[in-house]
Amino acid sequence: MNGSTPNSPESVRAEVRAWLAANWDPEADLVAWRNKLADAGWGMPVWPSDWYGRDLPQALAPVVDEEFARIDAVGVAKTGIRLLAGWTLLEHGSDAQKESYLRRVLTGEDVWCQLFSEPGSGSDLAGATTRADLDGDRWIVNGQKVWTTSAHHADYGLLLARTDWDVPKHQGLTYFVIDMRQPGVEVRPLRQMNGHASFNQVFFTDALVPSENLVSKVGNGWQVALTTLMYERRGISGSRALPRTDPPPGQIYAQEREETLTALEPYKWYPQRAGRVDLVEARAGNLGDDVDPELRQEVAKLLILSRTAEWTARRARAAQEQGRPQGPEGSLGKLAGSEIARQASRVHTLLAGADAMLAGADGPLDGLIAEILVSVPATSIAGGTDEIQRNIIAERVLGMPKEPRMDTGPFRDVKRN
Amino acid sequence: MQFAFTDEQEQLRSTVRRFLEDKSPPTEVRRLMETESGYDTEVWRQLSDELGLTAVHIPETFGGQGFSFAELAIIAEEMGRSLFCGPYFSSTVLGATAIMETASTAQKEELLPAIAAGERLVALAISEASGRWDADGITCKVRDGKLTGTKRFVVDGHIANLLIVVAREPAGEISFHAVSADSPGVARRRLEVIDPTRKLAQVDFDDAPATRLDADIDGEAALSRILDLAAVALANEMVGGAQWLLESAVEYAGLRTQFGRAIGSFQAIKHKCADLLLKVELAKSAAYYAADAAAANDPELPVLACIAKSAAADAYMRAARDCIQIHGGIGFTWDNDTHLWFKRAKSSEVLFGTPSLYRERMMTQIRDERVYA
Repeated sequence: MNGSTPNSPESVRAEVRAWLAANWDPEADLVAWRNKLADAGWGMPVWPSDWYGRDLPQALAPVVDEEFARIDAVGVAKTGIRLLAGWTLLEHGSDAQKESYLRRVLTGEDVWCQLFSEPGSGSDLAGATTRADLDGDRWIVNGQKVWTTSAHHADYGLLLARTDWDVPKHQGLTYFVIDMRQPGVEVRPLRQMNGHASFNQVFFTDALVPSENLVSKVGNGWQVALTTLMYERRGISGSRALPRTDPPPGQIYAQEREETLTALEPYKWYPQRAGRVDLVEARAGNLGDDVDPELRQEVAKLLILSRTAEWTARRARAAQEQGRPQGPEGSLGKLAGSEIARQASRVHTLLAGADAMLAGADGPLDGLIAEILVSVPATSIAGGTDEIQRNIIAERVLGMPKEPRMDTGPFRDVKRN
Repeated sequence: MQFAFTDEQEQLRSTVRRFLEDKSPPTEVRRLMETESGYDTEVWRQLSDELGLTAVHIPETFGGQGFSFAELAIIAEEMGRSLFCGPYFSSTVLGATAIMETASTAQKEELLPAIAAGERLVALAISEASGRWDADGITCKVRDGKLTGTKRFVVDGHIANLLIVVAREPAGEISFHAVSADSPGVARRRLEVIDPTRKLAQVDFDDAPATRLDADIDGEAALSRILDLAAVALANEMVGGAQWLLESAVEYAGLRTQFGRAIGSFQAIKHKCADLLLKVELAKSAAYYAADAAAANDPELPVLACIAKSAAADAYMRAARDCIQIHGGIGFTWDNDTHLWFKRAKSSEVLFGTPSLYRERMMTQIRDERVYA
């Protein structure tokens, strides 16, 4: 990239447009096209120019996206957690690791999974007890991870494991890239109460990680994991954009569609776990005063919750756009979402009456209501429980005192599951 | 819709807050709530003359400042925060708004300038013994310029110079009337109230001389609109009070020590506060959005007013209840200030209608307006 090119929106737009005009081909092979993007840096232009990017400031990224969208050009792979792996390795990985993995992150050839949560450490993520023990020039991994999306077709995992039991818990963790396709790694689907199996349990029995796959340094795993989690919170991971409904002609779109459908498979019930307020909104105008007054009250409460939560999110965005310090309204979305989902579940039950007992083809809306009722309990747990959210809000937003800790000594002595 | 206040609005807010922190600390609230009139005339003069707050949303042609309902709502929120004792809500918010909605231009020219100047106090008399605020609850009768009947729950009705009275014409339609408070046939009595910072009166009219406010309007529609605006202003006032209670609870939880630690370090307390913050912020969003809609004459105002009033009332009561609970025994004492806000929360919860009533009305609106259908 020419270092003297001024990074104005106009110059970036002209540059990407010219490059696309010269290179975009809907009949190209998906991987071949993405390799081209990686070489030119237009796939992840905000990445460094040494690593498949163009050093573009984040603020100019939308210009590039717009140009891709304008001609329906396919971008780099964004589904799953592969971009979390990419960003984390960019920040903490060695050059050899970047060389090994980053290109195939962008082409989508490798599938990645995140091996953080364990049966014994959910909210307390740093309490991980999966162990990695050094044996010559390799680490031997034993233990169990859980809630791992896509583990069953993952090539690599981002693994947080304990390497030192004699220091406080956050200091004894190390971050690895582990090859998922080896005998010591066993993946089993985890069936949820709603019948789906979107996640996996991963068992490690003397699984091997060569030393060169250690990310950052021994004992620095928590810091690296925080990087991954930070990008996750920024919404970098798991594009859940639905596949194009009416793709233009070209083999690349067919390949992209297949990739998207595979990646989205685990998430197909996610709208239901959020409560599907849209279904209630669609009926609210027909709930006249011949309907049970209690039901009308509950519907009104739901609509009020849903709309005020949306306005609150917009207040947060507006403050951000004006460069004002973020008020408390920015931290409340997840907690509000849980409450909305619970209230929606209550309303669906009242609306369905006895039919709320029925599922599948016999149930209301062909089983959709049943799926909502048995999916909503996930909302207040996944991605940080409501209780952890309340702690964070109380301590960071309201400035309330922290709970006294029982886990500051050597991890070996900390009470655990 | 705007989702952030402008710099000018933020400036207005901080000016009003500074003024009220100085003039309306809890010690003053306690002094004034024990008085018959319920307010301090010197502070009222400063608020009117120096800050021009009584004129804020009255058009300039009628002696006002010509700002919108959004600015009025900001002032209401700050007054709710400080529990300001004075006829602002009754005269500026309710009285002036009712006149602006129902009076002819000539009548506005006659009535509004003195209200904008804070010299004339107006009270709006809608509700009667039934405690209803809708048109069906109006039984006061007017015939040939003479008004007869009894109004209840008239905010500051005992001190107003002018009463705006909603009555029923012989043919059955609803109309608005100006009645001078010192007219023959007007008898006023201050009611015993749970919230001494917001005084209510009963006013009996016995053939009292009344001047019909004669803008060319449908009285029932005007009543609905005035009540929507009143609910929006009250919602903004309520979120101001709720925010004060939240801050008070959090502060006390950080100071009070039990079992060797600040009680705010217990999850039982901090989770209560986090939940309360959520409720208060959601209610603020509703109150601000509705105020903006009022300023913009948004046709969705009737639904938005219902959302704002019910969300704010629930959040305020929750804040009041939790604030007392977090204070523990001291929170139940007279000397602790929490009960002052608790009582305002309670009176605001039911003024113009309970939260359930507003939710019910919202559902009716949604059906009639096909909002989601």
